[in-house]
Amino acid sequence: MRILKNRILKGIVTKPLDKNFALSKELETVGVELKKIIQEKFSRSLHIREVDTGSCGACESEIISTTNPIYDIQRFGVSFVASPRHADCLLVTGPVSKNMAVALQKTYDAMPEPKFVITLGHCALDGGIFKDAYYTERGVKNIIPVTFHIPGCPPKPLDIMKALLTFLKKA
Amino acid sequence: MDYKTVLKEINEKMNLKFSILSLRDNEIYLKVEPCDFKNICLALHKLTFSPIASLFALDTRKEKGAFELYCAFMSAKYKKCFFAVTEVMQDNPKFNSLAKEIYSASLFEREIKEMFGIEPIGNPDTRPLRLHNEIWPKGLCPLRKDFNMPITPGKTEDYVFNKVEGEGIFEVPVGPVHAGIIGPGHFRISCAGEPIINLEIRLGFTHKGIEKLFEGKNVSDALKISECVSGDASFANSLSFSTAVEKIANIEVPENTQMLRAVFLELERMYNHINDIGGIAVDVGFSFPATFASIVKENILQMNEKITSSRYLRNVNSIGALTINWDKDKTQIVRESLKKIYKDFKEIKEILLSSVSFMDRADGTGILKKKTAEDFGVTGLAARASGIASDLRKDFPGIYAKVKFNLIKQEAGDCLARLNMRISEFEESIKIIYEFLGKIEPQAITQNSYGMKEGFALGYVEAWRGALLYWVKLNKIGAIERCKIVDPSFLNWQGLSFCVLGDIIPDFPLCNKSFDLSYSGNDL
Repeated sequence: MRILKNRILKGIVTKPLDKNFALSKELETVGVELKKIIQEKFSRSLHIREVDTGSCGACESEIISTTNPIYDIQRFGVSFVASPRHADCLLVTGPVSKNMAVALQKTYDAMPEPKFVITLGHCALDGGIFKDAYYTERGVKNIIPVTFHIPGCPPKPLDIMKALLTFLKKA
Repeated sequence: MDYKTVLKEINEKMNLKFSILSLRDNEIYLKVEPCDFKNICLALHKLTFSPIASLFALDTRKEKGAFELYCAFMSAKYKKCFFAVTEVMQDNPKFNSLAKEIYSASLFEREIKEMFGIEPIGNPDTRPLRLHNEIWPKGLCPLRKDFNMPITPGKTEDYVFNKVEGEGIFEVPVGPVHAGIIGPGHFRISCAGEPIINLEIRLGFTHKGIEKLFEGKNVSDALKISECVSGDASFANSLSFSTAVEKIANIEVPENTQMLRAVFLELERMYNHINDIGGIAVDVGFSFPATFASIVKENILQMNEKITSSRYLRNVNSIGALTINWDKDKTQIVRESLKKIYKDFKEIKEILLSSVSFMDRADGTGILKKKTAEDFGVTGLAARASGIASDLRKDFPGIYAKVKFNLIKQEAGDCLARLNMRISEFEESIKIIYEFLGKIEPQAITQNSYGMKEGFALGYVEAWRGALLYWVKLNKIGAIERCKIVDPSFLNWQGLSFCVLGDIIPDFPLCNKSFDLSYSGNDL
């Protein structure tokens, strides 16, 4: 009963954000464009597999945030899948700890063609703050080919969506 | 209670010799002979009623011709931190293991073995924790001062898992890459039929070498690194580090700043607790409250951004001050947002606790016994859910002495107890923030000039997972000589491996989420 009551009270869950209209407007424009491009280029949906290769956890938290009801990236055709075998795209965070190099390579190998890799967060680009640490490979590009980078430490959910849009427009 | 009674008892009754190396603030360093080290540690463990908070080594071969070994006990009873300090010969480095008498020492000793090459004699398990055998050449010790990059390739070997043998026993390996958007770790589950009879957790996949990275850095650079130790506890990490440095440099932090810091610490606790409440619901398959909780988390993060311009409270803290100002508007924003958040939170709580099938899954699942938690030094929320009343906010209150709040404790130690802990702590946090907000005055960005000096100190914070310790040593020019981090996850992962025993594999994600430990904070 409570679930029902809340569902009715809340309405569409993106509602609370309406007051914060600047963000919400931008979100919708980005989202609609994103959806259009994904419709065209991926015939309706883009499936992403996420791999953490040693990030601090903040990037993961923000990626999860893009799937919450406020941003709800799924409605624009992007979904996060549980296996690399189901994925079009590999989203990698972290500077690649030496222990993760093999696992990252294997994950990449398990993906079906055509495939591409996006890195997310400063440390995935070149090691970032962990560049000089002894146990990192200094960025994902040293292990697997990378097509695009989303900067930030960590990037905000809306920035992730915007960056994804810029990339897909170009690709 | 006077700490001197402890020292007196050790000296007179047990007839163990020591000299006081340093005594400042609430830290007591006892210098002991290598042969007495073990006995003094055991005595301190017994007399202060506390598990080992930290056990670490220092490479001081250049200055002293020997390694140094520190063993820390934080005693709530005496309100002091006791350290036993000894030297370890540089050729043939060895010390007597404490692991058989104090289980919580075991992981620390394995760490010392791999990072410094100092052998704990008598520890049954000396496998590396983070430098995986398959990758890292044997015998290369990165935290020694003479360690150099690039590494020379050397002999590697395979990792040996603890094996359970018998008829019908099977193993389920999980990880390091998991199905969700989460950090990497390997879980080796051994089952007999349905129940799990052994769980071995192999971590280290996110090891980067943070402790080494700290070395040689100046304090402000190091503060930035500390924020990236564990992304969901950025503020707690930077606060713990800065308190250590402030202690060394004798920096007085204004009370108003301290109260603001406490507010940020509680905000961090809140967004993580609500995230986990949602996560527990997800792992049971109850998606409505889970999405509801993610909205509340997003609201808290957006509020964080409004008041500090960072969703994860990064670049907010600095040595002795804050990098942001505070005014009446911000107080108002927090007050109003919290009101809304609390209203939503109450609904989530009602929905969760009134669902019979949810309660059936959470109740009685993943019981961590009080004795096990005590033995392994499990800390923070997980310990309190098992009936251990320890909380640094009460034991070493600092600014928290100014507010009234309850130490929440549960007895059952199961997933439901940990969920209830989160719910109650969330409510307490709101109370704490309201109370602090009533006392906080508006303040401008403070510019502080400070001189760094040589010395060492322990910084501690009750982060949302538990006690987060930074032991920092600065050298003559004020750069970091050694920084030892103990993330609460380091000790609590062991709690997880014991709590799942007897449960079935589908309950493992639930147990895991009810702890929600940091991979990065553990692996460093």
